[in-house]
Amino acid sequence: MSDRAGTGESPLVLEHEDRPELRHHFADVVQQRNAASLGMWWFLGTEIMFFGGMFCGYLVYRRAYFPEFAAGSRSLSLVAGTVNTAVLICSSLTVALAVRASQLGKRKLLVSLLLATMFFGVCFLGIKGYEWHDEYEHHHAPTFYFNAQDLVHNNPNLHLDPQRTKIFFSLYFALTGVHALHMIVGIGIFSVITFMAWRGKFTPEYHTPIEIAGLYWHFVDIVWIYLFPLLYLIDRRPGA
Amino acid sequence: MATAAVTTERKNYLNAEYGIRSWLLTTDHKRIALLYLLSITFFFFVGGFFALLIRLELLTPAGDLMTADMYNKAFTMHGQIMVFFFLIPSIPAVLGNFLIPMMIGAKDLAFPRINLLSWYIYVAAGLLYLYCLATGGVDTGWTFYTPYSSLFSNTHVVEAGLAIFIVGFSSILTGLNFVVTVHRMRAPGMTWSRLPLFVWSHYATSIIMLLGTPIIAITLLLVVLERALNLGIFDPSRGGDPVLFQHLFWFYSHPAVYIMILPSMAVISEIVPCFSRKRVFGYTFVAASSIAIAAIGFLVWAHHMFVAGISLYSALVFSFLSFMVAIPSAVKVFNWTATMYKGSISFSTPMLYAFGFIGLFTIGGLTGLFLATLGVDVHVHDTYFVIAHFHYVMVGGAVMGYLGGIHFWWPKISGRMYPEAWGRLAAVIVFLGFNLTFFPQFIVGYLGMPRRYWQYPPEFQVYNVLSTAGASILAVGYLLPMVYLLWSLRYGKLAPDNPWQATGLEWKTTSPPPTFNFEETPVVTWEAYEYETMPMPDEVTLER
Amino acid sequence: MFDNLPLWPTGASVHARYEDWLFIFLTVISVAMTVLIFGAVAIFSMKYRRRHGREAAHIEGSLLLEIAWSVAPLGIMMIMFAAGALLYFRMRTPPTDSDQVYVVAKQWMWKLQHMEGPREINQLHVPVGRDIELIMTSQDVIHSFFVPAFRVKQDVIPGRYTTLWFRATRPGTYHLFCAQYCGTMHSGMIGEVVVMDPQDYHAWMVNGAANGTLAQTGMTLFQQLGCNTCHRTDVQGRGPMLNGVFGHPVQLEDGRVVNADENYVRESIMSPAAKVVSGFKPIMPSWQGQVNEEQLNQLVAYIKSLSPAPEGPAMTSGAPGGTQSQEAQQPK
Repeated sequence: MSDRAGTGESPLVLEHEDRPELRHHFADVVQQRNAASLGMWWFLGTEIMFFGGMFCGYLVYRRAYFPEFAAGSRSLSLVAGTVNTAVLICSSLTVALAVRASQLGKRKLLVSLLLATMFFGVCFLGIKGYEWHDEYEHHHAPTFYFNAQDLVHNNPNLHLDPQRTKIFFSLYFALTGVHALHMIVGIGIFSVITFMAWRGKFTPEYHTPIEIAGLYWHFVDIVWIYLFPLLYLIDRRPGA
Repeated sequence: MATAAVTTERKNYLNAEYGIRSWLLTTDHKRIALLYLLSITFFFFVGGFFALLIRLELLTPAGDLMTADMYNKAFTMHGQIMVFFFLIPSIPAVLGNFLIPMMIGAKDLAFPRINLLSWYIYVAAGLLYLYCLATGGVDTGWTFYTPYSSLFSNTHVVEAGLAIFIVGFSSILTGLNFVVTVHRMRAPGMTWSRLPLFVWSHYATSIIMLLGTPIIAITLLLVVLERALNLGIFDPSRGGDPVLFQHLFWFYSHPAVYIMILPSMAVISEIVPCFSRKRVFGYTFVAASSIAIAAIGFLVWAHHMFVAGISLYSALVFSFLSFMVAIPSAVKVFNWTATMYKGSISFSTPMLYAFGFIGLFTIGGLTGLFLATLGVDVHVHDTYFVIAHFHYVMVGGAVMGYLGGIHFWWPKISGRMYPEAWGRLAAVIVFLGFNLTFFPQFIVGYLGMPRRYWQYPPEFQVYNVLSTAGASILAVGYLLPMVYLLWSLRYGKLAPDNPWQATGLEWKTTSPPPTFNFEETPVVTWEAYEYETMPMPDEVTLER
Repeated sequence: MFDNLPLWPTGASVHARYEDWLFIFLTVISVAMTVLIFGAVAIFSMKYRRRHGREAAHIEGSLLLEIAWSVAPLGIMMIMFAAGALLYFRMRTPPTDSDQVYVVAKQWMWKLQHMEGPREINQLHVPVGRDIELIMTSQDVIHSFFVPAFRVKQDVIPGRYTTLWFRATRPGTYHLFCAQYCGTMHSGMIGEVVVMDPQDYHAWMVNGAANGTLAQTGMTLFQQLGCNTCHRTDVQGRGPMLNGVFGHPVQLEDGRVVNADENYVRESIMSPAAKVVSGFKPIMPSWQGQVNEEQLNQLVAYIKSLSPAPEGPAMTSGAPGGTQSQEAQQPK
């Protein structure tokens, strides 16, 4: 150690050469894993605040414009939303099982489960894309072609204000759009991780990236669990 | 001088590797801190240039130097650049990045690559903002109030909004790094109660960065979407609520001011004990007050909206809470003052900046109480009184702390001593120039001069002229350190490891430090600020 | 430049005196605090400056001091809070018998309309000693009505009414500023408030009232737009009768009870389906885009004139919707 003094190199470099995944500034793998985990939890905290701003706007306008929000909500496809919810929950299951597989060192199973997770993610995005396309066709997308007269006519007793209906759809697209963006990022992360898993980079001792990616994925799932009732289930009473 | 030959041979983080790639792809927190130093200094001068334009225009009551639109862009971009591209990153990204790992005995931050990423995000955002500037700028005021920003302004609101959206992520990642580092990377024996107060303050700052910044991100994103897609969320003629924007905006932007001041307080908490040779009075209370400021700071945002149309009762609640948040700040000032009692005070440059901070932050903070007082705020809201208040805390407070910190840690960062006499001179010039610039603004604000006015009634002119005169002096005070700090890099005396005989782990390593900070991970068995065990600094280091 | 160097703003309203004393109180406390801190720092740094052979003392802290200098400022600040809150409460509660003036702000001018009829641009004539309530809205972006001499200010928001009231105490001409940045000529959106002796004001008013009062103009518009075909005054028509409605509670179809104030009337014209009166169908069309702000003011004034003086307090300035409503009609 003394002959390394003044060279600027850490005496722990030798230790780290045995464990290539251990980065030089950490003392041991445990510290590295704890840091990664804490970092992901705090990051998810920031994501809660990020979505929180939009949820706040949603809550304010829903309280003020309830009939328009209810009508807009009823116009969304309940089937698509429910299927998507099931798809995401399945994907959370597969990712949790993937973490377990990595803990047990089962590489083939791990890769299959990661691929399944990504598959479910892509399914979700596909269904969402179909919904958006459908809404765009019905002129419910908040673009310059927005037109909610069909909703106004279908709900004559409510005497809806089309402008307020647009606010519902604006928030719907903003919320689901930002959520979809997070899903795309998640799928991207998982594709990298799946590649690394296929190459055998993960062992029972070191599978931190899978754990923290799994945390992120669960968070994206939970956001949807909130979005689904708030957007799709506002007022689905029969006869409403 | 005899040691010169030996010390320049030694490997440190500056000469460990050469070449532009070794800097642009570094993961060394100290090099990243210097990258940040360069970029935020650049933006400080761009923002300062706009301040110059403002003060020149305001020399005369008529709008005779530039068009009204140009003036509106000048104050908008002055505010946006200074807040988002200078003040918010400044101390955390430069001094925090450089010092926190060393102060806790770690080799680097928890996530060095994310640290580098945060700098690139800052640069990308800065380039987008410069693009916005170059293609015509933005004129919404730094506050982006709707529906002006979402519907009526004809300027580059989208680019500016996106740039600030992006730079927010730089802030979030910095905060993330600091929080995880403080939790997980402390050396053996470095318990929470032995942490330097610099670390406590930055920890509190990081909490605010993490929890608050996403809100401004989503708020600006909604404004951008509103403009791009004509949504109508903030358009009253389509059922939108422009005041909702204000709530969302200020929910971040008030805690943001604590992001700007807490790091500066962090610096003062290090300088004052060192140049009083005495531990900080009431360590626990100073540490706790940082957390209290962060927590209560999230609860006061609508004091920016007392005349915006909020209900009477919510105004009462926010006024009350705004008084509450003043208490922990006052506690800090009292504790620093008490630290000097029966100390052994020296008037070094960092200490002069600390004196300036304590005085000017006191005035700035007290005038904040005027704004928290409902009946008075109705009169002074949106006048120069507010401008004077926040410049006292931001410039008289945050910037003086920043400069004091740069000088205090300059020997550690660069391995050189700055010229002490010039340092003291600059500190005094900054203090005098600052007061001449901003004190008259309290008066002209109370007289009724509104903010963001390109032209004004003639009876306000004397105060504006005084203010501009002060600004020119202040500019000199800011240019001087640029010159002599650069000079010192080549011609300054070589710095010993601990020129100030300060406590703190960063002073136990060489100046400049080696890439991995410490030869061996330190094991801490002593409390913070044990100045009674430290020798007096060599008198020579304090003289020219 | 030095001819007219003001050191203290003129105070010309009932609020100004109270506000100035509160400001002075705050200033005295602040100066005392500043002198205390500056003084302590100066004295300590002199008395305890670095001297050879003299060591710094070893002091950790003092719980007693920490408590003392937390509690004492807290006490003083509570006085500040209470005094400020009291003044603010008064500022935001217009007296019930105020003279009302409608204000429409637009980029970049102030349009004012007195109930008696005269209209003004960038000028407001008022009699001294009378309570004046301004009912304000904006045509475009957020502005703010600021009269430094009266120490009053209120943001003027598009899409709803906000109010401000004052009682002038001295004749004279005082600055009117826009205090919320609103675009290019924000600093040009200025004018004056002219406070006159009662006789002068009466003479000025008579001169300008040739076109009829605001309520009379409103009645004409009410008929021109055909409102009177549903809102009849002789028999019950398809819409509620409006006599005696303003200023009183209204029962809505969904069970809520709201107060019929300016914002309620305005919303009923612009978004009638939002609050449908109990027993009526939601068949009233919206007039959004078909009447401008000044016409809205005329209609509101007319409907007001159909009621005797309101029972409850006038609308507190800035609060959207009725003061007794159980739900806000617009998001705050």
